[in-house]
Amino acid sequence: MWTTKTFLTKTKRGNILKIVREHYLRDDLLCGSSACNSCPHKDDEYVLDLKPVSICALFEYPHYIILDTNVVLHQIDVLEEDALTNVIILQTVLEEVKHQNTSIYQRLLEIVNSKKRKFYCFVNEHHKDTYVERKPGEKQSDRNDRAIRLAASWYAAHLSSNKLEHQFPQIVLITDDQNNRQLAQEDGIVCCTVQDYIENVNGFAGLVDKLSKNVMPESCSKDALYPAHLTPAQIHTGVKNGQYHSGTFHASRDNFLEGTASVHGFEKAILLQGHIGINRAVDGDQVAVEILPEAEWRRPSDIVLEDKADDPGDKLDEEAELLKTVKPVDNKDGEITPTGKVVGIIKRKWRQYCGILMPSKIPGATRHLFTPAEKRIPRVRIETRQSEILASQKILVALDSWPRNSRYPLGHFVRALGQIGDKSAENEVILLEHDVPHARFSEAVLACLPPNDWTIPDEEIKKRVDLRSLCICSVDPPGCTDIDDALHARPLEGTTDDGLETFEVGVHIADVTYFVRPDTALDKEAACRSTTVYLVDRRIDMVPDLLSSNLCSLRGNEERLAFSCVWEIDENANVLSKKFHKSVIKSAAAMTYEEAQITIDTKSRRDEIAQSLRILNKLAKKLKRKRMDNGALSLSSPEISVAEKLAEEFPQCALLRRHPAPPPANFTTFLKAAKQQVAPSPSPSPSPSPSPWGNG
Amino acid sequence: MPAADLLSSQGLRLDGRRANELRRIRCKLGVFTQPDGSAYLEQGNTKVLAAVYGPHQASKSKSSSDGVVVNCQYSMATFSTGERKNRPRGDRKSQEISLHLRQALTAAIKTELYPRSQIDIYVEVLQADGGTFCAGVNAATLALIDAGIPLRAYVCACSASMAWGARPQPLVDVPHVEEAAGGVVLTVASLPNTGSTALLEMSHKLHMDYFKMVFSSAVQGCRDIEVILDRAVRDHLAEGWTEQDTVTV
Repeated sequence: MWTTKTFLTKTKRGNILKIVREHYLRDDLLCGSSACNSCPHKDDEYVLDLKPVSICALFEYPHYIILDTNVVLHQIDVLEEDALTNVIILQTVLEEVKHQNTSIYQRLLEIVNSKKRKFYCFVNEHHKDTYVERKPGEKQSDRNDRAIRLAASWYAAHLSSNKLEHQFPQIVLITDDQNNRQLAQEDGIVCCTVQDYIENVNGFAGLVDKLSKNVMPESCSKDALYPAHLTPAQIHTGVKNGQYHSGTFHASRDNFLEGTASVHGFEKAILLQGHIGINRAVDGDQVAVEILPEAEWRRPSDIVLEDKADDPGDKLDEEAELLKTVKPVDNKDGEITPTGKVVGIIKRKWRQYCGILMPSKIPGATRHLFTPAEKRIPRVRIETRQSEILASQKILVALDSWPRNSRYPLGHFVRALGQIGDKSAENEVILLEHDVPHARFSEAVLACLPPNDWTIPDEEIKKRVDLRSLCICSVDPPGCTDIDDALHARPLEGTTDDGLETFEVGVHIADVTYFVRPDTALDKEAACRSTTVYLVDRRIDMVPDLLSSNLCSLRGNEERLAFSCVWEIDENANVLSKKFHKSVIKSAAAMTYEEAQITIDTKSRRDEIAQSLRILNKLAKKLKRKRMDNGALSLSSPEISVAEKLAEEFPQCALLRRHPAPPPANFTTFLKAAKQQVAPSPSPSPSPSPSPWGNG
Repeated sequence: MPAADLLSSQGLRLDGRRANELRRIRCKLGVFTQPDGSAYLEQGNTKVLAAVYGPHQASKSKSSSDGVVVNCQYSMATFSTGERKNRPRGDRKSQEISLHLRQALTAAIKTELYPRSQIDIYVEVLQADGGTFCAGVNAATLALIDAGIPLRAYVCACSASMAWGARPQPLVDVPHVEEAAGGVVLTVASLPNTGSTALLEMSHKLHMDYFKMVFSSAVQGCRDIEVILDRAVRDHLAEGWTEQDTVTV
């Protein structure tokens, strides 16, 4: 069943530690092709077609595609289109991608898992015929390239050895690495670049637009506008010996030629100004900064500077205009900030950006500028042939690279979101810009749900405290479908030692844990979304609708699973005892605030719900007064018993929500703006109380 | 949850094995002439030597009239791990493993046959790559057989872990990479022939629902190991007789 040949792979890390790992090579791995009759496939293990239809004009015979790592890393947007099928993803590639970029890795897995795309993962690293050992002195990347080539020629030989009568599929290796391509050709492997392949694809308009324009950003020294970035090794040593500082770059919202880098060890963020000072950093990037000598320190500009409307070509001007205004008047200027310049990029934090296309003025041109919705992001140059259509749309664009000789970064079109001004398109922009996961729930998540007609099983009722006989009700805003808590209160017989009346008060929270088991797909998806997002016209659920607005919604007159906390309270709102348990409840009424208030106010109503609400109302007022007496933010009031219980049971992950007053620094920009509005300010130092702006 | 990707979507572990496959086991009996019995065992990259002295007269203080006293010493060579170990034996971990070895091996030895005597078992780890205890037990069993000490059955040890992928699946014979991934490691020493368990140890918390799965996979591992050890003993005897006879005659 398995060959017992063992090989050792050795790696070194950090303080020279030799790691020896076993590596088993197998002879039972499948090639996944329907054209193969030598691998012991089961019927559901065929992924690749018997006669794949070629969509590329360059290769008109049936073929499978093998991708190089850099193709996957850079052209994931192209791969996500439904165009390319019958693709072999080698394990070497999969692992390199995983190592270099987890988000692209996830996207690749998504493609592989989708059946109709016919992507097959071939475990070449553990196949006895395709394993490649690293030669002494060989670079890891060279070894991987060699492994990819070997797998490609193995596939070609494997498929031809079947001696089928019909034409068997060929193998086409797609790689952007010229060296790799040359070596592959020497081995007799058919190969081409992504660009050549995609540009010759028939029948998928717009695919070319998604090609990533990836250039080695530092190699274009001809007509360079920007100084070159340092190499990672130079940055590393520079940061180590204190010559450079590493920090996160934050672009200014008002001035596209200004930004700051928050650097550890400096009280103020380092000011970065001008094209050269910022040197192609984009908001969010981790950059290496060199601090200028103190004589060259400047102050942040007061002017608002926006990028010009039309494309000025690859020139950098505006610099002078900005720098004039920021020269410090004299050295005592209080606003002088440590100033620096970006010398290298440690890590790009590029994501996809929403915005609009500004079509080039020349008709028929394919290069256009894209203006992101986020003002901190520079404009992007993209190439598209559909500019007429896209000009009226909100579009999503990915950044690819920023060569030295280009004023703007290069990117490519990802997809259109909808008409400019259209409500759903604008909503989509908001969600994407704030990174809100809003895709529909996946099949795996939906599979975790109970059936639509689910009812509470009898054995579950036996395990829980049965509170169905209690008169429980919920009070929520009108139209609320996700009722997550409900209350009850009733007078108890007997009094305290002081002769006070006692009440039983219960808070019932929908027991979501019954439906969302730990580590299921549903749990992970919910953890990723972590909250329900409410937009003006729609809601993005954290858990699927069936749970949030049905099974985990404590609707009136329906039996629901809940987690209950029940207190015994005297009429002065002192807690006498408390207990926590899982329960089954049946809410008597789901009321709106208005209905509840009317019920309380209608003196004639003497039913259980009305009484219960009145008790709650009375106790709530007393509790609130107590809390006010203690100072509103202090938490030493009796209703923290839930928090106490949590802290006791889960000391490592108990959290308490707190709303501290926002720091005054949050208001400096606002104050600056306000000062400009009321130009000669009567009181030079207005000190606003931050508390009303409770955004903490 | 740690150790999420110990099993790839193609069902292979990091080293290319499937979930239910043992590492390659190679072993040899009678590697030394001085001790009464000895064995060398490789389980993947874990390499272990075991030597057995005895049964011989027990020192007065230890002597027991009920049965033989089993004395175990487990030590790891200073060069056995990636970073050089300073103390080959006597640290907490080695002492604990020595005790566990004794427990597992005493369960297999017919102790009642040798009252007032003692058997010394030395286990030396030459290279450690996870599952050193398991390899130690398996090597000691072979060494005991080589020494001609009567056993109730082979005592074999095997570890198992858990891969929390889309579908939780137990992994048998855990190497160091998987141990270090932070998942649970269940070590079982059992006498597969009699079906009894001599020792059970678990490194982390594991939900009861999954315990049976992990346990049965470790026990299956023990059974597979027994087959391999049995073949090694038979091969050794088949070739050993002729050679030794010519030497002794």
